[in-house]
Amino acid sequence: MDTVHNLDKARNRKAALVMGILGLLIIVMFLISINSGEIRMGPAQVIKTLFGFGDAKQNLVLFDFRLPRIIIAILIGACFAVSGCIMQGITHNGLADPGILGINSGAGLAVVMYVSFFPVKTAASPFLMPFLAFIGAGLTALVIYLLAFKRHQGLSPTRLLLVGIGIAAGISAAMIILTIKLDPNQFQFVQVWIAGSIWGTTWKFVTALLPWFIILIPFAFSKAKVMNILSLGEQTATGLGAPVERQRLLLLAAAVGLAASSVAVGGGIGFVGLVAPHLARRLVGPQHQYALPASALVGGLLVLVADTIGRTISSPSEIATGIVVAVIGAPYFLYLLARSR
Amino acid sequence: MASELDKSSSSPPIKSRPVAASLILVLGLIGLGLGIAASISFGAADIHLATVWEAVFKFNPELTQHQIIQELRMPRAAAATLVGAGFAVAGAIMQGMTRNPLADSGLLGINAGSAFVIVICFAFMKGLPFMSLMLFSFAGAALGAGLVFGISSLARGGLSPVRLALAGAAVSALLTALGEGISIHFRIGQDLAFFYAGGVAGVKWMHVKFIIPWVIGALAVAMALSRSITLLSLGEEIATGLGQRTGVVKIIGMIVVFILAGSSVALVGSIGFVGLIIPHLTRFLVGVDYRWIIPCSAVLGGLLMLLADLAARLVNPPYETPVGALIAVIGVPFFLYLARKQRREM
Repeated sequence: MDTVHNLDKARNRKAALVMGILGLLIIVMFLISINSGEIRMGPAQVIKTLFGFGDAKQNLVLFDFRLPRIIIAILIGACFAVSGCIMQGITHNGLADPGILGINSGAGLAVVMYVSFFPVKTAASPFLMPFLAFIGAGLTALVIYLLAFKRHQGLSPTRLLLVGIGIAAGISAAMIILTIKLDPNQFQFVQVWIAGSIWGTTWKFVTALLPWFIILIPFAFSKAKVMNILSLGEQTATGLGAPVERQRLLLLAAAVGLAASSVAVGGGIGFVGLVAPHLARRLVGPQHQYALPASALVGGLLVLVADTIGRTISSPSEIATGIVVAVIGAPYFLYLLARSR
Repeated sequence: MASELDKSSSSPPIKSRPVAASLILVLGLIGLGLGIAASISFGAADIHLATVWEAVFKFNPELTQHQIIQELRMPRAAAATLVGAGFAVAGAIMQGMTRNPLADSGLLGINAGSAFVIVICFAFMKGLPFMSLMLFSFAGAALGAGLVFGISSLARGGLSPVRLALAGAAVSALLTALGEGISIHFRIGQDLAFFYAGGVAGVKWMHVKFIIPWVIGALAVAMALSRSITLLSLGEEIATGLGQRTGVVKIIGMIVVFILAGSSVALVGSIGFVGLIIPHLTRFLVGVDYRWIIPCSAVLGGLLMLLADLAARLVNPPYETPVGALIAVIGVPFFLYLARKQRREM
């Protein structure tokens, strides 16, 4: 009993250390990111401006352009990562990710349909879009679930992935057909959006994303123990008295909501939900009370790094964040695939 | 053990329906003729069939309609037919050789590899002649396939259809992302837009003429190889038992696939699912003998592309719907059906 307690304590300490380092890295990256961009600004100037001593132009660049974008990058990174962590936990599938499972594309389709029927960026849209995306993503998740489910065999993890890939391909075809009729302006918007560019870079989008983040992330963290039990397997979980189906559905809804709200603001950024939980588990172990927050931090860091790279590498033109993340994430997926049995 | 030996030593019964196959070939060729005629005469400006006839056999360069037919419509129809046949036969060969029902040059990262290398050519070697572009495209096809098969074979449990499909999706995502990044960095997006959409709209005669010998040559080799592919499709052990040199057959087969897929992608961009649907349909119709499957796939693949291209023009005029997207609308449900049927796990 005592050794178990000590083990817990050691694990706690290690997790706290890892998360502290991750938090520190995010702060460092934050400072690098806010320093880099089209308009050069020295670190001293940035700090001066942050504390309210900048001139009008510096204020504008920092507070209206860079700061909201950085915050959004961190938020959506965390959302995608937690979403992926939940999905991997409840489907017993190390390769699950909202992007690969086709859920991002469902959210995307809803957004694109909205954009093609209404003009871009009307006043209400930042707040409406996460809801639309949620509906689209939810319906897609339902379709994928139904198609992957087979009586007597249940839900096979690999069939889930295959069906997800197929649905994603179908939805992207539907999007191409939809976008043909758009005027060039909207078309440009959709193109950039599909590639996964953080396009909603104003404070309005931060406030649109924040409620989802504030409600769903703590909800997921509070379910960590349940997820530990669920990841033991269906039969064990039922045996331990967990209402498996209901909990799984709730968690799935949370995962879909997290992915959908991020997609509404950041576009189709894949692979974060795949890579971040794996790295997190490697750092703090598979227990969800550690893995979930660590995933959130890794995800936030990853997207922030990717966004900074995309913004600066080919300045003044911008490479969509989703592209940078895919270049980092796809090889990792392949690595996991090669190791899988 | 004994019964297994028996099975492999006696020539295995190969279910095939030569009559149905011949019928498909004849009807398919007639269909292709009609399709080409329709493809040439329908469009933004409808042209009478008699004019088409004249444009082909009594070409008068002063008539606009003759110009349209010679410069726009004919290469387009020819390209659709060739590319459809190319993708379909590439899919048939892969499905037969690897015994993988989910094989398709789009799904296995081959098209993405071609497109990626073409992006690199546009970025670093501007003004490369089409001939060299096509050779690079072959190399790209090999690169994509090499990555997908290499990574899948690293895994314990070997090459399963599901793992190949997953690796294909990830490799495609990676190569497409890299390609997009490069095209943004070098500002060549506009030149390349057609590769991502996939279409036969802007095809030029000059380019079509380049790929004709390659596609026809590759189809001929595929035909010569068809008996061996049939044996391979029964299983590696059986093929070896019957005296096949499976390694050689596989290498030649893959080269044929690279040529077919690579030249098709160089001409029209990445179009998936033709190579998935057509061989399955053909196998259903004519049985499992690849001596019939390959020619029938070629004819039916050409027909599918011709019709899809025609539909792309007629669905929403005056806009053109990308052919790749239209085919995906048919292809995805079919893929889902196959994915549900998959019994083997990773």
